[in-house]
This record gives sequence, structure tokens and C-alpha cells, in this order.
Amino acid sequence: MEAELRGKAHRYGKNVDTDVIIPGKYCNIIDPVELGKHALEGLDPEFSKAVRAGDVIVAETNFGCGSSREVAPIAIKGAGVSAVVAKSFARIFYRNALNIGLPIFESEEAVDGIASGDEVTIEPATGTIRNVTKGTSYRAAAFPPFMQQLIDAGGLQPYVERRLAERA
Amino acid sequence: MGMTLTEKILARHAGLRSVEPGQIINANVDLVLANELSAAVAIGVFRSIKGAHGVFDRERIALVEDHFVPAKDAQSAKLAKLMKDFAEEQKITHFFDVGRGGIEHVVLPEEGLVAPGELIVGGDSHTCTYGAFGAFATGMGSTDIAAAFALGEVWLKVPASIKLVYNGRMGRGVYAKDVMLKTVGTLGIDGATYRAIEYTGTMVDDLSITGRITMANMAIEAGAKNGIFKADAKTIAYVKERTDRAFTVEESDADAVYERTIEIDVDALEPQVAFPHLPENVHPISDATREPLKVDQVFIGSCTNGYIEDLRVVASILKGKRIASNLRVVVNPGSQKVYMQAADEGILSTLVQAGCAVNTPGCGACFGGHMGTLGDGERCVSTTNRNYVGRMGSPKAEVYLASPATCAASALAGRIADPREALELVGA
Repeated sequence: MEAELRGKAHRYGKNVDTDVIIPGKYCNIIDPVELGKHALEGLDPEFSKAVRAGDVIVAETNFGCGSSREVAPIAIKGAGVSAVVAKSFARIFYRNALNIGLPIFESEEAVDGIASGDEVTIEPATGTIRNVTKGTSYRAAAFPPFMQQLIDAGGLQPYVERRLAERA
Repeated sequence: MGMTLTEKILARHAGLRSVEPGQIINANVDLVLANELSAAVAIGVFRSIKGAHGVFDRERIALVEDHFVPAKDAQSAKLAKLMKDFAEEQKITHFFDVGRGGIEHVVLPEEGLVAPGELIVGGDSHTCTYGAFGAFATGMGSTDIAAAFALGEVWLKVPASIKLVYNGRMGRGVYAKDVMLKTVGTLGIDGATYRAIEYTGTMVDDLSITGRITMANMAIEAGAKNGIFKADAKTIAYVKERTDRAFTVEESDADAVYERTIEIDVDALEPQVAFPHLPENVHPISDATREPLKVDQVFIGSCTNGYIEDLRVVASILKGKRIASNLRVVVNPGSQKVYMQAADEGILSTLVQAGCAVNTPGCGACFGGHMGTLGDGERCVSTTNRNYVGRMGSPKAEVYLASPATCAASALAGRIADPREALELVGA
């Protein structure tokens, strides 16, 4: 099972769009670490300096709306962020995050109960989110069964490889 | 139980008699699209998929160089070359280099690569544009596109449908863009997340193909998975002029189930403007003209409004006039074909004589890439589709979204202006 995720929360509002997650001018970069240096630059220019490995982004509704750029979750992961917890995610970002292995969790209560700077832990297997600073605990919404199967299989790529093998 | 247009297309591509919202399906794709940015990442993933020796069908992939074109720097050139080399290696039929295509969503319909009833996925969020032709089309990220390159199929969750019923006729100076801005304002930017939106009603029947493209293009601005129009005689004529391929025209059953139905009356609709910094922040033009909103740049172009019909409207307003001295106007025709047509019709001369900078087709300005990037404190009124913070450059710039007519009228006035006044002047 995946190890527990642990880090400080960086709290943002609703509709955090892909243009602020990774501005268009950086979309010709494909190196995750290089992208990570510009993560959330359009929203919080201090983020890439403040973020530490393991930290968690916590945001309101519709996180990742806008473009289909896969470099958006790649930049967040490249910055060292271990997970994003939001009240809801935009559709394409949701798929992209799971496809590139950025853990994402939906929980209204957790978002409402976490402030910037709070120490947070997440158990990916159970979706248990703990606010260590405040001593509170939340449970993320379960993934739909098909998504959970994809995650358990190690992501989309192993799934595609299995489909190809079935045809061979 | 009846099915919607979207459900019918998905069922047929999954080899099922019926599907219902929430169901996960594996669907065959008719076309997979990528541009040099999404392709660069997708190609890397594709190469790492064990057992993927070649693409599923070299004639069902379209690769279009359009985001940083012509390459703005060595890094952009590298991505373009990566895609070009892949196209050559895989013998991809539909590869469009700079100067041979234009903006992907303008090019694909022009080339007859989109037909009613088809299922298209693309590594660009505005892939939903092809819903204008009665196709199911949706945007995805690069890993999903790599999977589609290899398999020729994608997994999809069948979306519930929202029915939009547009009644009445658009008045003078009101265009499909205004109707769609009103729609995004009504739904909200996550109002249709995970949903299909189906455009219906008497106004839609009257709408040109370009108008339908503009509206389907911005379905994603309400968070939708796809936006779709029923193909009619106009659609069929457009497609048949461009391809001999057989296609299936579907329509929603009379007893199809919709999650919501929303009626929008366009008779009394004014021109609309989306204020910074969200596409849902939509106001009638009167809110933008009450106090003068001085403009630094007007942008005409994009997959939303870079079509010949749009340039004709702009040219009719600018003909024989000069743009205001306090601003610049940047125009990007949507494709080489649109560019050529604009040249043939004298539109390019009209625009240049008016003082516009006319660029080569591409996406650059719209997403803050290059060829029209905004600086700190600048205000732009634009025919594009997004106005998030930093979308067109500086996070300290402001983008107002409007129709080509509103943008042209603003170019003359030097501030955001009501196109109905400008149209009165030219007697259009």
C-alpha cells in the first residue's frame, strides 16, 4: 500500500484554473522539475519558494478548470506537492492527475477544516485526511469503482498495456 | 427509454445497444487529435507503453502545429520537431506543419476530418468544437491521447445531458458569441461539469455553421464534457463538400432523458461581454460602456472566432476607417484557408489599411504564448474564449471576452463599445 502523505497545507479558493497553475508561456516545457518552479505562479508567485516536498494543496470547488494541459498536474507534482484536496475538480484535470500519478481527494469537510500552514496527513488507501495541527479527521469521497481499479492497476498505462496484450 | 444524441453516439462506438449516464464504456474513436504541446508529452508516454509498436491507424490521427507558431524559441521548435518526426515515423496522413494548416479546430472541419455521428478525442480542451457538426468530441490530456494513439479507443463515463433551448432571433449586432457568453454566464463555469450540453431551439436552426462552431467551442467554459448540435441539411452540405466518407446522422429521441432543460430567449438579448477574470462573469454591453473602459489591445481570432464569417464582420465595421490611436489591433485568421479567403475578398487590405497587425494563423495570443502577449496593467477586448488571470500574458492584465463586432467597434472607439452603434454607421 502507498505510504502516508504528509506536509503543510497551502489553501486556495475556488476555480483555480490551469492558466494560473501553469501559465501558457511555460507550456513548451516538459521537464517536471522545471515546470514545478512555475507551479501556481499566476495565483501565488511565492508558492514555488514556500512549498516543501510532501506539502498538500487544499482548495475549494472546480480545481483545475480550463485547458487540458497535462503539464498542470505535472507542474504541481514537480513542485513536490504530494496531493491536492478540493471540494471538486474540473473533469479533464481529474483524469490527468490520476493518469500522471498526482493523488487527488474530494472532501468538502476537509477543505473547510484545513487552513494554510496546517500540518496534514493523508492515507491514500482509505482516503483518510487528518489535520494534525487541529486534531481533526475527515474521509475523502471514494473513487468510482472503475477509477479505483485503474489506480490499483498502477494507472492508465498498465491498463493500456493489458488491453494491447489481450489483442495480440 | 429514449437516448440523447450524445448517448446514441457513445453507444454505437462502444458496440452497445444503449447506454445511460454514469456508465463507463470503452469507445472506439474515429479521430485522435494533438497539437505540438499535447503531442510532445503524449509521444513520450506512447513510447513507454509496452506493446505499442505503432499507432492504431495512421489515417485517424491528426497532428497540428498551432500553439507556438512559428516557433517562438528553440524549446518550442524542439517540441514541433518532436511531433513532426513522430508524424514521419508513423506515416501520419493528417500532419499540418506551419503554413499548411492553422488552428487545429479551424483546420479539422475545413479538411473534412469531422463528420456527424463521429467520436473524436483531442489533446486540447477546445476539441469540443466538433460538436457543431453533430459529433461527440471531447478534450483530454496527453496520457489519455497516448492511450488513444495506441488503442484507438478511450474509456469514457457517459455524461448526463443538459438541454439548452434557444428561442427567438438574434437582433442586429448580436451574434452566436453573445448567445454563448450568456449561456456560460447562466450555467456558470462549473455548471455543466461532467455533462453533455445539447443546443436546440429555433435560433439554433437558423444559426450558421460558424455560429454553431463558436457555441460548441465554448461548452468547456461551462465545464462540459461535450457540447453538441443535431446535424441538419446545412451540416450535411458542409461535410459532403469536404469528404466522401460515410457517416451516421443521429438525433435525440423524443423521450430522451435530460438532467435539466434551460430556456434562453435571444429576442431581447444585448451584446454580451465577459468581464475579468472568469468566462462566467458575463454582463450586457451596457455595463461595459457606462463608464469608458479604455482598451490597449483588441484581439481578433482563435478557435472561437477566427473564421471568415468573423473577419467579414470585423472588416465591414473597419472599412475605410482607422483604429483609435491609443490601441493596437492584432488579428490572427484561424487557418491558411481563412487567410487566403480573407486575401481574396480584400479583407486583409481593409484590416491593414485600418491599422491592424495581421499575423499568421495560430493559438499564441489567446493563451499568452506569443504574438500578442499583454503587459502589466493592460486591458484587452478579445474574441477568444478564456479570461482567467494571466491567460493572455501578465497576471496584472485584464481580458474582456466579446464578439468580433464588439471588438471591431471597440477598436474604432478606443474603449469597449456597443457594436450596434458602429453597425448603424456603416449601414450594415
